Order: sequence, then structure tokens, then C-alpha cells
Amino acid sequence: MKRSTKINLLIVLAVVLLAALPVVFGMGDHKDEPFTGADSQAETAITENDPDYKPWFSPLYEPPSGEIESGLFALQAALGAGVVGYMFGVKRTRRRLAPEAADTPDEPADTTGEAPVSVPGR
Amino acid sequence: MHIAEGYLPWEHAVAWGVASTPFVVHGARALTREVRDRPENTLLLGASGAFSFVLSALKIPSVTGSCSHPTGTGLGAILFRPPIVAVLGTITLLFQALLLAHGGLTTLGANVFSMAIVGPWAGYGAYRLARSLLDRRGGTMPLDVAVFLGAFVADLSTYCVTSVQLALAFPDPDSGFAGALAKFGGIFSLTQIPLAISEGLLTVLVVRLLRQSSRGDLIRLGVLTDARVAREEEKSK
Repeated sequence: MKRSTKINLLIVLAVVLLAALPVVFGMGDHKDEPFTGADSQAETAITENDPDYKPWFSPLYEPPSGEIESGLFALQAALGAGVVGYMFGVKRTRRRLAPEAADTPDEPADTTGEAPVSVPGR
Repeated sequence: MHIAEGYLPWEHAVAWGVASTPFVVHGARALTREVRDRPENTLLLGASGAFSFVLSALKIPSVTGSCSHPTGTGLGAILFRPPIVAVLGTITLLFQALLLAHGGLTTLGANVFSMAIVGPWAGYGAYRLARSLLDRRGGTMPLDVAVFLGAFVADLSTYCVTSVQLALAFPDPDSGFAGALAKFGGIFSLTQIPLAISEGLLTVLVVRLLRQSSRGDLIRLGVLTDARVAREEEKSK
């Protein structure tokens, strides 16, 4: 495996661990409701600091259930991921088809451009 | 996590809206100019906005036992400079306010100010500073470090601003602004630290992949300089 690919996989692993470890180690156990959103905790804190405060506006549209809400969040992530993936697909294809084009004049198509130690193919 | 709908007194809501508007207007002009003058960047521009869309949809558990989400604005700030991100971030916030009841229209100005203005500018500043310091040393691999710092700072500073905004609006009855800042900071900023690390790592990942697939774009955007490319090629020979 190329060195830069290894580094990329390690980055992904670190991100997964950062998200999983708080749950694995039960860091929410001291709370009545573990792993709620920081925004709803802020709402509680606001009521503590100013017990008389009443939100003066409510959302125009509220997803009727948690399921629908999480579905819409998933939609948001999917739309974003689709565009990002499309972009990488286009760039990769362009590079593959025209390695001599202006993008990268004298690099072979599979160069990492990254590995300071050794670049495969050279 | 943004300030929820209706949870800022209206004077504050208006003031943050007024503060944010010029940045978004200026950003919209910069965005139009970018698309018109450099259409070859449009795909990458869209992907930067989409990256923010993805990251701000992911609610991730944190060490404080609560959840929050990254902002994804650091990438756009590094690639396209902060004014354009003011628009991209506002689009994300509007989507969430209208469809997800997350954040809100009355708190949009405040949330834009934190996520789409201060965050990107602070992150961009950190990135530029790190680059100038590291570039002077002439190393070959400081770009990842600078990108990480930029995204990390953009993410974390966003939530520090949120804490300040809430502390200004809801000072603690006993300890005033400082006490409230500690309280909201504990809720938002502490929770955000591991998430900001994750966002930094993911942004580094995207830039690393871009270096493989579209170096030309990065050179055009000034992220990779000819000098750096030459240095790296020199070293890899």
C-alpha cells in the first residue's frame, strides 16, 4: 500500500475513534439523558439563567417525528456527500483521460504527489 | 449546534442580523465574481459548500456526554477565502432552519455570524499564520499541519462565538457575563474540541485527496505554490 494511502486510512480511523470512544467509555452515563444535543442543553441553561424567558418564535416547520428529522439530516448529508463524490469522480476521470493536460503537466496519473519519501513509479 | 429558534431576545437577534448582513452581501458579490471569472473552479466551489453540508448534518458524540456537529467551513475558507464561505455557510444554515427546525430564522443572523463569518475568518487566519511560519522553515510537508489548524480553529471558534452570544443575552443572575460564558462555554466549546479535531483531520484528508486528483486547481487557488511543488518534486527524485 502506498504511504499516502496508509496515512489517509489512519486519518479515517482516528475520526471514527474520536466519535466512538466517548460512547464506548460511557462518557454520557452521568447524565439523565446521555448524548443529547448541545443546543438543547443550552436551552436548559438559558432557562436557568433567566427563568422568565419564553422563546418568542417557533420554527415555521418542524419535522413531526424524530424519525423524519433524522431522515432529513441523512438527506442533507447524502446531498453533500453526493456532490463531493461527484467532484472527485470528475477530477479523477479528467486526470486519467488527459494526464498531459494543463492540470499536471509532468506527473504520471497515479502519482500521490504526497509521499516525501518515495514516489512510486520513479 | 446552533442557537435554537426564538432563543435570542429580539434586540440581540436584530443586532446580529445587522452585523452579519454586510458580510453575506459582500460574500455574494465575491461568489458571483468567482463563478463568472473563474468558471473552472465552480465544481470545487460547489464541493466545498457540499462538504459543509455533510459535516454540519453529522451529530457526533463527544467527551462531555453530549452531541454536537462540525461546521465544515474551514475547507472553503482555505480554498476560496472567507467571504465566499459567508454565503456557503448561510445556505447550510437556512436549509437547517427551514427544514430541520435546527437553528432558526430569528437566530439566523447570530448563527451566520458565528459559523459563516467568525469561524471561517479565524480559521483562515490560523491557516495563513501557520503557513507563513512553516514555509519560512522550508519544510516540505507543513501544508497538512496548516490545513488542520485552519479547520480546527474555524470549527472551535464558531462555538466559542455561540457561547459569547448566549452569555451576552443571558448573563448569570449572580456571576453575570463571566459566569454565563463559563456555563455556555462548557456546553458548546468543550463538547466541540474532539469534533474540531475530527473536522481538522477530515479537511486534511480532502486536501490530500485533492493534491492527488487536482493539483492544478490547488496551484491555481494558491494552496500549492509552484515553489512548493518544485521542492517536493526535487525531494521525490
